[in-house]
Amino acid sequence: MKKLLNTADSMVEDALKGMAAAHPTLRIRDRVVYRADGPRQGKVGLVSGGGSGHEPLHAGFVGYGMLDAACPGEIFTSPVPDQIIEATRAVDGGAGVLHIVKNYTGDVLNFEMAAELAEDVEVASALVDDDVAVQDSLYTAGRRGTGATLFVEKIAGALAEEGVPLADVADVARAVDERSRSFGIALTSCTTPHAGKPTFALPETDVELGIGIHGEPGRARVPMAPARELAATAMDAVHGDLPLQGDLLVMVNGMGGTPLMELYVVFAEVAAYVKGKGARVSRSLVGNYVTSLDMQGFSVTVCRLDDTLTRLWDAPVDTPGLRW
Amino acid sequence: MFVAWFEEAARLVHRDRERLTRLDAAIGDADHGTNLDRGLTEVHKALTEWPPESPVQVLTSAGTALIRRVGGASGPLYGSVFRQMGKVLESPVTLAGFSAAFEEGVVAVERLGKAAPGDKTMVDALAPASRALALAVRDGVGVREAFEQAARAAAEGAEATIPMQARKGRASYLGERSIGHEDPGAASAALFMAALATVAP
Repeated sequence: MKKLLNTADSMVEDALKGMAAAHPTLRIRDRVVYRADGPRQGKVGLVSGGGSGHEPLHAGFVGYGMLDAACPGEIFTSPVPDQIIEATRAVDGGAGVLHIVKNYTGDVLNFEMAAELAEDVEVASALVDDDVAVQDSLYTAGRRGTGATLFVEKIAGALAEEGVPLADVADVARAVDERSRSFGIALTSCTTPHAGKPTFALPETDVELGIGIHGEPGRARVPMAPARELAATAMDAVHGDLPLQGDLLVMVNGMGGTPLMELYVVFAEVAAYVKGKGARVSRSLVGNYVTSLDMQGFSVTVCRLDDTLTRLWDAPVDTPGLRW
Repeated sequence: MFVAWFEEAARLVHRDRERLTRLDAAIGDADHGTNLDRGLTEVHKALTEWPPESPVQVLTSAGTALIRRVGGASGPLYGSVFRQMGKVLESPVTLAGFSAAFEEGVVAVERLGKAAPGDKTMVDALAPASRALALAVRDGVGVREAFEQAARAAAEGAEATIPMQARKGRASYLGERSIGHEDPGAASAALFMAALATVAP
């Protein structure tokens, strides 16, 4: 393993120090990343969080038009209730706080406990579960939260800036999740600094289908194929679950170790696929946004837009990871 | 004995942390050994900084440290076992009382994790251990033997997760591919029970 780190144990802390030094718009205290200019009276506060290793998610999305605070846990480990309680109280501007939670057992448990314990603040919760690789059934922990988390944070964040009540912000967050689907494919595993070697072994000749964002193996392993076929595999899974129609927000997301050039190759195929189904790529995003350390591969996330969601997506945002 | 239980569990988890992480890498996200090792270090710190005055305080303090400091799913899940035990354990502590409290702890973790035996989780080691304790109480065996039987039942329960398909937690995302691997949570639960047998009076 070759990584830029001092020690594996101090890696999360060291990276947060770097974020604080690089971005004066952020304030970092006790493992919580805040907007330096918050809280704003009367604005619903947005708090998210989860394991580290998915950068820029979540801390990179703290700022105007998106999150008010992010709680980074250890690598691939959800934050603890203390962090979430602290963040929830700190960002409350009197209008309540929305927790945006990716659907993983650990994240759900820790956010639930925090919401209960921060009883002095009105808290609503929006669960993100967009990954079609996992069947939502009694036999699984339910669908994972992956790429759609960015959409939810952006769109709910934009609405919160308009000063609407907590229930409305929570509703739009849930609507974005319901209208979004994702699927991921890995070319390599990732290496967590503590383990020091790839989480799973994937030969040069194979790819892993239906991966999550923690280096966990996917649903199946198949031979490597041209980008067109891999894109079609991912899009078939998305389209099979939520037919592509109308105006779409489409993200081709790198898993951390994928060159942007390859992501554009994939995006071209995804765009052609969408057109082939008679739908339209109305808004798009290409880059490494919801990552899994140094994993190579991509995920594609599609959201069915309407006029309101398009307007909120277009609204100004100013965070280290997303800005327009 | 209660402080010794956590110290011995910490030793075993530290010793086996690479094995636990390897098990987790196969069907999860390769951090169970690291996380639990860190969690039990926090428990040690909590028990040293505020020396508990009773078994109930040991359990409550250890459970709280696991919930507040570990993160992930295993922190709240293990934490809730010990906190629940601390809530219901009667003093003076008897084997029957311990067994009843442990049973309540297992019920608490089943409720929080919405898991049942056969889902390939820590419950598959904890529930058999709880049953073994209850049988030992019924049969009137000594404390040491009761804890040894519980440890054996937990170890067998952990091993029995190998052919199971996971229905809860991150391993459930793998579907049938989770079959053939021991569940890391069940494996660490077996270590907790082994530690109990070692420190039995």
